[in-house]
Order: sequence, then C-alpha cells, then structure tokens
Amino acid sequence: MEIKVLKNILSANDEIAERNHALLDKNNVFAVNIMASPGAGKTSLILETIRRLKDRIRIGVIEGDITSSVDAETVGKEGVPVVQINTGGGCHLDANMIQNALGNMTLEDIELLLIENVGNLVCPAEFTIGDHKKVLISSTPEGHDKPFKYPLMFHTVDVVLLNKVDLMPYLDFDPEIFSQAVKGINEKVEVFPISCTSGQGIEQWLSWLLAQMNNR
Amino acid sequence: MHELAITQSMIDIVLEQAEKAGAERVETIKLSVGELSGYVEESVQFYFDFLVKGTLAEGATLSFTSVPAQARCRNCARVFKLKEFDWSCPDCGQDSIEITAGKELFVESIEVE
Repeated sequence: MEIKVLKNILSANDEIAERNHALLDKNNVFAVNIMASPGAGKTSLILETIRRLKDRIRIGVIEGDITSSVDAETVGKEGVPVVQINTGGGCHLDANMIQNALGNMTLEDIELLLIENVGNLVCPAEFTIGDHKKVLISSTPEGHDKPFKYPLMFHTVDVVLLNKVDLMPYLDFDPEIFSQAVKGINEKVEVFPISCTSGQGIEQWLSWLLAQMNNR
Repeated sequence: MHELAITQSMIDIVLEQAEKAGAERVETIKLSVGELSGYVEESVQFYFDFLVKGTLAEGATLSFTSVPAQARCRNCARVFKLKEFDWSCPDCGQDSIEITAGKELFVESIEVE
C-alpha cells in the first residue's frame, strides 16, 4: 500500500522555530541570526556592535560553536549576558538548541539578541531558528565568487556585510562582481562594506540594525 | 553536511505515517531532494541503515528523486535550469534571478505492508 506523505523533512524544526519567534515577540526581543564561514568576523562584529550600542540598548548573545567557550568568554567580558551552545560536532544551530538557550536567559532584560551561528555557509541556511533578521558576513579574503558557491545562503539573508574591506588592496577581490552576484540572487538584500578592524561601515550596519528593530 | 539530523527527522515522519496506517513494515521511502539543499544520498543511506534498526522501517529501500535547481529571470520571466557560477538568462542575458526549484526536502510517499 502506498501512502502519500508530502511532508517537509524540516517541518519539525520549523515548528519549534515558530514557537521561538513567538516567545521572542512576547518579550519584545529582536533576534538576529549571524551567519558566516569560520574566520569571516562573526565574533568581531558582535563585539563591535555591543561596544557601540550597549549604552543605548540591552543586548544578549547566544554563541554557537562546535566546541569550546572561547567566544562566549570574550563576549562576556563586555558585560552582557551570554549563553554558549556547543553543538558537539553539529554544523549549525537548530531551533531546538535555541529553544533551550532562550530558557536559560532572562528575556525581559534583553532588547536585542545577537545569535552567532556555527561557522558554515551550508547548513545554517536551511535550519530556521526563529530569528527576525538574518545577517551574512562574507569577508574579502574568501573571494568574490562566494555567492555562486553558496546560492542558498545568499538567497536566504536580509543583509550581507562584506567584512575586511581594509584588506582589499592586497587581494584579488572584485567588489563589483561580488555585489552584482549577491543582488542577482537576492534582489532585496542590503550590502554594506565594513571592516571590524578599521571601523569602516560599522555605523551604516548599526543604522540598518536599529531601523529594523524600530520597524519590526 | 547535516544528514544525521535530517535522516532522523525523515525517519520520524515515516514511522508516524506507517503507524497511523497500521503497517507492519515499511518497504520503500520516496524522497524528493533539491539540488541546492546539498544532501549526499550515500550519507543519508548510511545514517538510515543505522537509525532504523529495530523499527518498522528496518530494511526499507530509500528512493531519491533529485529536483534540479531552477530559476526565473527577473527581467523576462524565462524559467531555466540554474548553472554553476552563472546566473545569466539564456534569453535576455540578465543575471537577476528568483530561485523557483531546488530547495526541496520532502518525504513524497511511503510503500508499506
């Protein structure tokens, strides 16, 4: 006997993600899912964001890593609440992990939740976690062809931060090819060139972020 | 890269449906996998064989249907098969696209006894 199923394999994850989203909304927490390959600058961006915004808004952080708590300790020094998730080999954060992490945070004390996903351009694009906006950091040393190699990731996000633009003079990176490829697969996406080292473009990123929070 | 989690979710769906139908055994599981979703069949099969031991789905055959990545040109609306490293429309040459297929990850149907 044949049974028609037609069920999305990720539906169980999506349902938990919807519950996370509702919980965040109930507590007026704006959650941002920060994705990138390893070493693109996720932790640096989070640190810059905290340093420039913590006097104005209350920030919390979820750090996703395969192992270790190095990032959580670094971020914790900025005086904001941090929950570390170790995926134990898992290549992405899923909705269930975020649900558990949210249970370990005092959500009433947080306005902006920065979620650092596991460094990877494949899996995090497919697992919804319940965020409000998705941020992708792509860095110039990775090359301008990244959008062609990871179309699903570039297609999924709301903003692309092109990090390490201060290194551009030393690299064979064509920002035109990069921007055109990103816009080609994601018409609505915003692209901001930034450098977490020199500070270039960080204010534009923060303006965008604060505008998204206000327009939620 | 995350076939373990995916395979477990797939098996949960299959077993739920099979139990609901009062089946004694699952014979075949038909899956639709989009090209862009990046799943490796061999890897799903590997985890599957391991995870279904002692369940209704032990010994079931996995049948994969690959869904090609497809895009629609934002300029002329032509629908075409997406090539690697090139998003230009075969008709008008513009490279602004909307993905229309290739992200699928579905349990299509199961054959039970």
